[in-house]
Order: sequence, then C-alpha cells, then structure tokens
Amino acid sequence: MTPAITVRNLRKAYDGVEAVRGIDIDVARGEIFALLGPNGAGKTTTVEILEGYRHADDGAVDVLGFDPITGGSAYRARIGIVLQSSGVYPFMSVREVCALFAGFYDAPRQVTDVLAAVGLTEQADTRVRKLSGGQRRRLDVALALIGRPEVIFLDEPTTGFDPGARRDAWEMISSLAEAGTTVFLTTHYMDEARVLADRVAVLRRGEVVALGSPASLIGDRGARIRFAVPGSVDASTIATVAAAPTTIDSGVATVEVDDPTRALHALTTWALTNGRTLDDLEVLRPTLEDVYLELTGGDAS
Amino acid sequence: MRRLLRQVRAEQRVYWRNVPTAFFTFFLPLLFLVFLGLFGRDKVVDGHPYAALFVPGMLGTAAVMTTFAGLAITLTIRRDRGMLKRVRGTPLPPATYLGGLVLSTSLVLALESIVVLVVGATAFDVSLPARWWELVALVVLGAVSFAGLGIATTRIVPSAEGSSAVVNAIYVPVLVLSGAFFPVGGMPAPLRFVSDALPLSHLLSAMRAEFTAGGLGRPELLGLLVVVAWGIAGAVLALRTFQWEPRGG
Repeated sequence: MTPAITVRNLRKAYDGVEAVRGIDIDVARGEIFALLGPNGAGKTTTVEILEGYRHADDGAVDVLGFDPITGGSAYRARIGIVLQSSGVYPFMSVREVCALFAGFYDAPRQVTDVLAAVGLTEQADTRVRKLSGGQRRRLDVALALIGRPEVIFLDEPTTGFDPGARRDAWEMISSLAEAGTTVFLTTHYMDEARVLADRVAVLRRGEVVALGSPASLIGDRGARIRFAVPGSVDASTIATVAAAPTTIDSGVATVEVDDPTRALHALTTWALTNGRTLDDLEVLRPTLEDVYLELTGGDAS
Repeated sequence: MRRLLRQVRAEQRVYWRNVPTAFFTFFLPLLFLVFLGLFGRDKVVDGHPYAALFVPGMLGTAAVMTTFAGLAITLTIRRDRGMLKRVRGTPLPPATYLGGLVLSTSLVLALESIVVLVVGATAFDVSLPARWWELVALVVLGAVSFAGLGIATTRIVPSAEGSSAVVNAIYVPVLVLSGAFFPVGGMPAPLRFVSDALPLSHLLSAMRAEFTAGGLGRPELLGLLVVVAWGIAGAVLALRTFQWEPRGG
C-alpha cells in the first residue's frame, strides 16, 4: 500500500535561517508517527508544511496523493488538523461549534459520537469560553475528527496537560489509530512518543538524527549496572572485573556495559569470592529519554 | 449556498451573544441619534431642519461602525486567536467564510438602519424619503465599500489587543471630518479638502439629499464615484493582503 505521507529532502528557511534541513519521512497508513525534538528543532514547520499552511523551499511532499499546497478543499476534506494553539467562537456551545464544523464536510461523524470520543459529552452545552484548558484541547481534537479524516495532524497535543489528562489523551489517540486513522504528531515529551508512536523521528536543528520504533532507538545500546560500593574499592578494580568502563560517584558504582549478562556474572562472582555484597544492585536499560538527550546533544527543550 | 447560509446563521448567533460588541456596533449609533435629537431637534442648519441631517448622518455612522469597524476588529481578533487559521485548515472555502461574516454584518446594519429610520420618523418627524429605494441602495453601497475597507484594514492592525484603539483612531476622525454629526459647511479649507477625499462625506451628502432634496442630483452622483473608488481599492487590498494566521506565530 502506498504510504499516507511521503516527505523527501524537505527544506525550509526563515530569513535565511534553515529551520528544516533535508528531511525524509514515510508514514504508513494507520501508523502513529511521532516527530520528537526540542523546541526550535523544526517540528511545527514540518507539520505545517504537511498541513498546507507553508510552502517548502525545496523537496517533495505527498499526503494521500495530494500536494498540500495545491490540494485545496479536496485535500482538507480528508485530513484533520490540531494546531499548537487556535481559538474557537467563544460564544458558541461545544455542540454548536461541532455542528457548524460538521457542516464543512460531506460525510461528517455524528457530533454526539465525536464528543463521546473526546470525553466532552457533559460539556456539550457549555459555552466554549467557559471550558478549561484541557477541555479546549479536547474540543480541538473533536473538531479535527468531525470530518472523518484519514490523516490527523496533532501539533503538541498534550502540552500543558496534567498527567491524568495526558493518559486520557493517549488512550484517545491510540483508539484513533486502531480505527484506521493515520496519526502524525509532534511532541517534546519522550514518554508520549514511547507510549503512542509506532515509529519516532528524532529531530535536531532541522535534521532527522534517528528514525525507528521507540524500541529500536533504544535498541542495541548497552545497559548500566549500578550498585553501592564501600569506599575501599576504587573504580579501576571494578572496571577490571567487569571489563567495562566504570565510574564511582557518592559510593555508587556505575558500569557501562554492552553485555549485561556477562558483566553481571563477573561482578557477582567477584563479590562472592571476596565475601562482599553488591548492595542496591540494579541493571538499567537506557530510556528513550537517554537516547533523546544523547541525540539532541542536550539542546534546551 | 447552504453552507453560506449556515455561516450567516452562526455569525448572527455569535454576534448577538457577545453583548459588549453588539452594544458597541449596534446601539452606539442609536444612542448618538437620541443625544443629537435631544440636543438639536428644533435647530435649523444650512436651511434644513437639523433632524433631517443627523438622521442620515447616523445611517452613515452605523454603516461605518458595523461594517468597517466591526469587521476590522472582529477579524483581527479572530486572526490573532488562531480562529481563522483553524477554519483555513478545513474544506470550507475562504470566500464562504468571509462572505458569511460580511452578510451577517450587513444584516445587522440593515436592522440598525431600519431602527434609525423608525426612531427618526416617530421621534424627530423625519419622514422616509420619497425615493426610499435609492436610500436602500446607498446603504448597500456604503456597507459593501466599508466592508472591503474594514477587511483591508486588518493588515495594518498588529494585534487583537490594540485592535479597537487602532480602528477607533481611524474611523472616529473620519466620522467628524465627514460631517456625520454636523455638516462640514463651516469647516476651514484644509479640513474641507480632507473631507472631500473621504468616502463617508460623499455617502452622507447623497443620503442627506434624499431627505432634503427629494433625490440625488448630479453632484451627489459624482460624489458617489469617490465612494465606489474607495470600495474597489479596499476590496482589492483585502483580497491581496488579507492574512489568515496570527502575526509572528
């Protein structure tokens, strides 16, 4: 099947500063794809080019067979957009706004269904100006869903949410993909990308520095073994035993290993032989956050 | 067409629910009308009863406030809040969206004009002009011209916060210089010069002629060309420079 979204060598500069520097992406139909990166990495620029708001300087973009810039109403009838921030008529009720937007499409979803999907059923008759920030964000999603989009773009959908609301939003986004909608989202939250996305592209200064499933990004990076050591043992001793680089900080040894099984065996054997214990022993797999920080070089998020 | 009507209905709902804005654009000209009436109902100006001058004066004021100021402020706020950008991301054609808003605003103006005329006739003895249909045409011409100019003005209004200040700074002097409250006959020459260049002054001359001379003469018709020219300039600028996205965002 042809991909829902294809991006080739996408480039965009503002006032001579390159925001996006040659991005290549394919997103399959029904996939949840996350663009992960710190602020200023080019996420919004990329998604707004896909949505048809911005011209690319160079490269090719195809969404559902359309060029977003020339796709016009026919293109917009098939996508849903949740912008980073956008207002709605403050003096209309949630239901009225949804009904109005439903009228923009030929075969919209039922307003009640969409409100149920985003959890706004109880607020259906509330005026938009009385909604909380989280409820407004859900209304954003409702308005993006009402036209039965094949692809939905979400630009930082959960920024500013409390943890509970974020989990609810994740469930909702997952259920969209289960129903066959292709989801393209941007985020600067690692956990969001890890929980939601089938694949992640990590963006740094306008370039994709890593691309793959969250698991594959963590992939073949080694692990860390940590345990408490008494002051009499120095790092080089442990490094020799484990055959791996070791640091000791505040009485805690951290060993960076490629093969945790072998290193653990060596360390526990050494401990038993010398009549020691490895207190607080733990083996840590790197998180997506570690990978992200490494890849983005600690650019402020 | 169905979508356009739906937009008009939605815009009407939004307009009347936003009480401060509805007050500002709809009731303020009516309030002026009543004040002017209480202050000068028996006065004679330029050989005409003052009432026969300020009733059309308030028709023009209403047109400027609802279409020019109302559209400029509403659209700037909607642009800044990202409401326009959101609509732009849907299949609704931009022309339908803007058309719905302009039609809805015109509906408000039509209603307001009727109220002005009714108050003028009942409270200040200003009877409807013999060629009332010409007056209707003049209100429509004003509405269309000022709507274009209002939409074009959003280009120079930087943000929602200062929008009413900027827009007021434009149209309040225009109202005074165009003689909406008091005819410009006694104005010094330089001000007359400015006044003659403004669309409202010519629209008002034509409207007043309907009430005082029983119809439009050649000078009034020529003056309307100035209104049309401003209207076309506004429409062209609006089409070319209108922005759907918040500034600097």
